[in-house]
Formats: sequence, structure tokens, C-alpha cells
Amino acid sequence: MSIEQVLFYVFAVAIVASASAVVFLRNPVGSAMSLVACFFFLAGVYVLLWAHTIAALQVLVYAGAIMVLFLFVIMLLSLTDTGPLVQLTPSRAAGALAAVAVFSALIVALKKLPDVAPGWTADPSQVARFGTIQYLGEVLYTKWLFPFEAVSLLLLVAIVGAVVVAKPRI
Amino acid sequence: METPLTPYLPIALVLLIAGGMAVIIPFFTGLLGPKSVNPVKSSTFEGGNIVVGSTRQRFAVKFYVVALLFIVFDVEAVFLYPWAVNFKALGWFGYATMLVFASTLVVALIYIWKKGALSWES
Repeated sequence: MSIEQVLFYVFAVAIVASASAVVFLRNPVGSAMSLVACFFFLAGVYVLLWAHTIAALQVLVYAGAIMVLFLFVIMLLSLTDTGPLVQLTPSRAAGALAAVAVFSALIVALKKLPDVAPGWTADPSQVARFGTIQYLGEVLYTKWLFPFEAVSLLLLVAIVGAVVVAKPRI
Repeated sequence: METPLTPYLPIALVLLIAGGMAVIIPFFTGLLGPKSVNPVKSSTFEGGNIVVGSTRQRFAVKFYVVALLFIVFDVEAVFLYPWAVNFKALGWFGYATMLVFASTLVVALIYIWKKGALSWES
């Protein structure tokens, strides 16, 4: 087994363990911290996929900014209510069903994948550049210019939405 | 062997040393440090005062809207990284693209400013 494969299994086990901890821990702050660990291990998997930029952004945006908001929500909500953990409500049943559906869709998609990505793996110069922030910038601001500019509109909509939802008195 | 993983070796080393320190220091402190346990020392205190009430309380995070908006502007900042790396290669065209991108978000900033979303809730 190559070092990449060993690292993949280390990260995969750690992701499943920390994700399970998010669900099973009774302390919500502990759940949030497990989610941070999960994001970090996920960043490790992105590195193994040579998605270097995505890995860095995973740590910056998810483990940084979004987790701060999660902790704020935990602080804002009164979480003293420790009702029964396992209780089947319609929404939970729907959630379980959705999880099973997504999981089976992923399995089917995985089966359809070719074993080796065609074409580019043979070219070492492309492999060295793949997923780097420089290569991303080269294509993002030229070839994918319109989606990039559309993202700014998406962010504008997100801001307006956040203000409307979070500030109902305005 | 040069693989795309080679540059991550220093990062892995830092993580290993930091994680190792976090395990080794408390472990040896517990093992080697002097221990004197008495009821006064074991009691919970906060800044020298006796604790009032529970830790699990609702906490008024007045600036949670700012945190919410920060995430959006954080995502904007993400797009600046690949742009800055290629700033010279992209030239004036790249400058114009980022200007269009940023001006849309300036509109957003003016919006939240005028709506008073950045002001302190009382």
C-alpha cells in the first residue's frame, strides 16, 4: 500500500469517528468540536485528491467561520432540554429516509465511475499544477468568468437573505 | 520521491509536534507534578469568586448578525486569493473582473449598513 492509501484510510476512519461523535455526544459544544475535527480530516482527504485549494478553504471557511456561527447558535439556544434521544417523529423518519436515499445514490454514482480518470493522469506537468491556487486563478478569471461574477450576485442574495431572516424588525 | 504530497510534510510535522505537545505536557504534569487534593481546591471557581448558576445558559450573542454576514464576506475573501496569486498575469482585465465582483459586494455592504444590521442591538 502506498503512503496515500494509508493516509486515506487514517483520514476515512477519523472522519467516520468524528462524524459519529457529532451525532452521539450529549454535550452540544462537544458535538461542535467534533465537527471541527471532522472538517480537518476532510481537508486531509481533499489533499489526497490533490485539491489543494479546496483543502485550504475547507479549513479557512468551514473550520473557521462557519463553526463560529455554529457555536453562536449553541450559545443563543437554550440547550438544557435533554429529552429522549431516540424518538421517532415524522421529520426524523423523513431525515433518515433522505440519508438512505443520498447514500444509495452515492453508491450508484461510485459504481459508474471509471477506475482511472482518463487522459490527464499520464501528464506529470499537469499533475504538479492540478488543484493549486495558481491554476485555479488562471481558469477562474478567464474561462469561468461568468460563473465567477454570478457568485457575487449569489453572495448579495445571501446577505439580503441573512438580514431579512435575522433582523425581522427592519 | 516527489509527489504532490511532499509540500505537506512541514504541515504534518507541525501538526504532529503541536498534537504531541498537547498530549505529552498534561500527561507528564499529571504524572510528575505534586498533588494535594482538598475540598476547597477541588471546588469550582471563576476568577476567585464562587460560581453563580450553571454554565449551560442562554447567552445573548448580540453580534450574531455580524458573524452571519462575516461568513459571506469570508467567501468573498476566498475569491481574492487565486486572483492575487495571478494578479500580474491577469493584468488590467483581471483587475476589471475583480472590480465588478467587489462592487456587487459593496452594494451589499451599503445595504446592510443602511439597514442598521451592523449596529448594536439593545
